[in-house]
Amino acid sequence: MIRKALWLSATSAFLTLFTINGHAEDRVVNVYNWSDYIDSSIIDDFTKKTGIKVVYDTFDSNEILETKLLAGGSGYDVVVPTANFLARQIQAGVFQKLDKSKLPNLSNMWDVISERTAKYDPGNEYSVNYMWGTVGLGYNVKKVQAALGTDKVDSWDVFFNPDKLAKLKDCGVYVLDSPADIIPATLKYLGLDPNSTSPDDISKAQEALLKVRPYIRKFHSSEYINALANGDICLAIGWSGDVFQARNRAEEAKQGVEIGYSVPKEGAQMWFDQMAIPADAPHTADALEFINYMMTPEVIAKSSNYVLYANGNKASQQFIDKAILEDPSVYPDEETTKKLYTVAPYDPKTQRLITRTWTKIVTGQ
Amino acid sequence: MANIAATAAPSTDTAATLPTRLAKGFVDRLVIIVPYLWLLFFFLVPFIIVFKISLSQTAIAMPPYTPVLDFTDGISGFFTGFRELNFDNYTWLTQDALYFNAYVTSLIIAGISTILTLIVGYPIAYGMARAPATIRPTLLMLVILPFWTSFLIRVYAWIGILKPEGLLNQLLMSLHVISQPLVILNTYTAIFIGIVYSYLPFMVLPLYSSLEKMDYSLVEAAQDLGCPQTSAFWKITFPLSLPGVVAGCLLVFIPAVGEFVIPDLLGGSQTLMIGKTLWNEFFSNRDWPVSSAVAVILLLVLTIPIMFFQQAQARAQEQGK
Repeated sequence: MIRKALWLSATSAFLTLFTINGHAEDRVVNVYNWSDYIDSSIIDDFTKKTGIKVVYDTFDSNEILETKLLAGGSGYDVVVPTANFLARQIQAGVFQKLDKSKLPNLSNMWDVISERTAKYDPGNEYSVNYMWGTVGLGYNVKKVQAALGTDKVDSWDVFFNPDKLAKLKDCGVYVLDSPADIIPATLKYLGLDPNSTSPDDISKAQEALLKVRPYIRKFHSSEYINALANGDICLAIGWSGDVFQARNRAEEAKQGVEIGYSVPKEGAQMWFDQMAIPADAPHTADALEFINYMMTPEVIAKSSNYVLYANGNKASQQFIDKAILEDPSVYPDEETTKKLYTVAPYDPKTQRLITRTWTKIVTGQ
Repeated sequence: MANIAATAAPSTDTAATLPTRLAKGFVDRLVIIVPYLWLLFFFLVPFIIVFKISLSQTAIAMPPYTPVLDFTDGISGFFTGFRELNFDNYTWLTQDALYFNAYVTSLIIAGISTILTLIVGYPIAYGMARAPATIRPTLLMLVILPFWTSFLIRVYAWIGILKPEGLLNQLLMSLHVISQPLVILNTYTAIFIGIVYSYLPFMVLPLYSSLEKMDYSLVEAAQDLGCPQTSAFWKITFPLSLPGVVAGCLLVFIPAVGEFVIPDLLGGSQTLMIGKTLWNEFFSNRDWPVSSAVAVILLLVLTIPIMFFQQAQARAQEQGK
C-alpha cells in the first residue's frame, strides 16, 4: 500500500514537472509601459486573439526605464521610452532593429508623426510611435479667474511673469520635475533656441526660473494630476494627457472643479513615446506580434479614447471619439502644430550642466 | 573523521567524549561562519563592485561606464586597467559644494529625527516594560503591527493627514484652534514627522528589551533610601538602559541619513538630502561612476565614526571592570 502511494506521488511529481514544461512553451510577451497608459481590455483582447499571454508592468519615469535597460537583462520584450531617451539608448546598443516584414500594420502610420520621430530614430528602424503629446499649462479655471481676473491662459507669460505667478502662489503651482521639459520651454519663452546647449543660454534660463521659483509649491512629475483634480492647486506645467486625466477625474468627482489645458502661443514641446524591443528580449517574435496588434486602427483608437493622448496612427482617426479628435489641445490644428518644437537628446556634458542647473533651481543650492 | 578517531584514541578517558566535543566545536565554528559569509556576499562583494564602478568613467554603452580591471584581456590587460584607475570622481565631489551640503543636511536631519524618536520612544518603551507581564505581548504586538502595512502606503497616509485640506487641519479648524490651515506638508517638519513615525519601532524595541531586563528592585531600593523618583530614573534606570538607547539611536540614525522616500513624498522640493543627490547622479545624469563615489563616501561617513564610537565604548567597558 505504501509502495503504491509512493509510486502515485512520484507519477504526479513527474506529471507536474511535465505540465511546468508545457507552460514554459506557452507564448508570453513582457510589456513595460508608463502607468495609466492603456485600456486594459486591449491586453485581454490580444491574449484572446493570439493566445499570447501578456505580463504587463509599469513605470513612471524615463530614468527608471533607462537604468533597467542600461543594466541589461531586464527581461522585457516591449518597452515604451520617450523619443529623446530612445535616441541615446539606440546609441548605447539597447535595442534591436525591427523586422518590418512582421509589421504589416506599419502602413497605417501617420507620416506627420513618423517624420518627426525619425529625428530620434533615423528611418524609424528601432521603434514605432505609441502616443504623442505636448508639454503645456494645466489650470483650475475658476481659481485662475479669481486670482488673475481672466480665465484666458494661452501664454507662458502666466508662469514666467513673476507678477502674475505671485498672484497664483497661494492657490498653488506645480511644475514637472523634469529639466528636459522645463528648460527648453524656458528658452522658448525667452526667444532662444529650445535646443540650445550653450552654457550662456542655460544660465539665462536658470535666471528666469529662479525669478519665479519662490511662487512654485512643488516640482513633481505625477502628483499634479490628483492635485489639479482635487482643486489643491491652480496651475501646473504638465503633460497634456495627464492634465486631461485630471480634468476627467474632476468631472467625475463633481466638486465643481473645472480644469483647462492650453498649448501656449509661444510654442510648446512635442514628445513621442515609442514602442521598441530590447536587444536581449527573450520573446522577439511575440513582441513583434504585440507591436503589430497595437498598430491596428481600432485597437490604438480605443487606447487613445481611454488615455486621451493623440497617437501616430493615421488610419485610427476614424475610430477616435470626435470630442478628442477635434480638441485642438489633443490634435493641434495646423497653425498650432507649426509652433510645436521637438528637443534633441543632450550629450553627457550638457546633461550634467542641465541636472546641476535644475538642482540649483529646485533646491536653491 | 578517521584522523580525528586516531588522535582521539590515546587519551583513553576522554575517548568517548572527544569526537562529540570536536563535532560541537565544528558546529560552533559553522555558526560563526554563516554570518561572516553573509557579510562577505551581501556586504563586501557588492561594496567592491560599487567601489570598482566609482573608479571608472561614464560611456554611452550597456552598462553605461567603461570597464576597469577586466580579466578578459588576461594579466597584461589587468595591469593596463590598473594604471587607468583614477580618483577623478572623488575629486569631482570636492569641487562642487552641493555634495558637501547634501551630506551635512542629511546628517542634521537624521540627527534631529533620532533625538525626536528617542524622546517619543522612551516613554513608550518604559510604559511597556513596566506594564503587567500579561499585557506586554499585546503591547509588543501593537508596536510591530504597523509593519503589516506597506511602508509606502503609511507614508502616503501622512500626506492625507498633513495636507492643507487634510484631516489634521480640518480637525483643528473645526475646533477653532486655528483659523488658517497650517502648512506642514512639504516642509522639514513633515519630514521629521515621517521619520519619527516610520522608525519608531526600531527605537522602541531595543529600548524595551533593555528596560525589561532591568532589575527594578534597584529603583525600589533607591526610593527606600529617600532618592526622589526623577533622580532615581536618571541615576539608575537611564544608565542601565543605555545599551538600548545606543542600539535604538543607531538603528534610526543610519537608515535616516540615506532616507529617500520620506523626503521625496513629504518634504518640499528645496530639501537637499544625499539620497536625492545620489538618485540624480544615477538616474538623471546616468553617471554611475560619480553616484558610486557618492555612495562610497556616504558609507565611510557613517561607518568610521560608528567604529570609533564602538571602540571607545569597548575601552570604557574594560576600564569599568
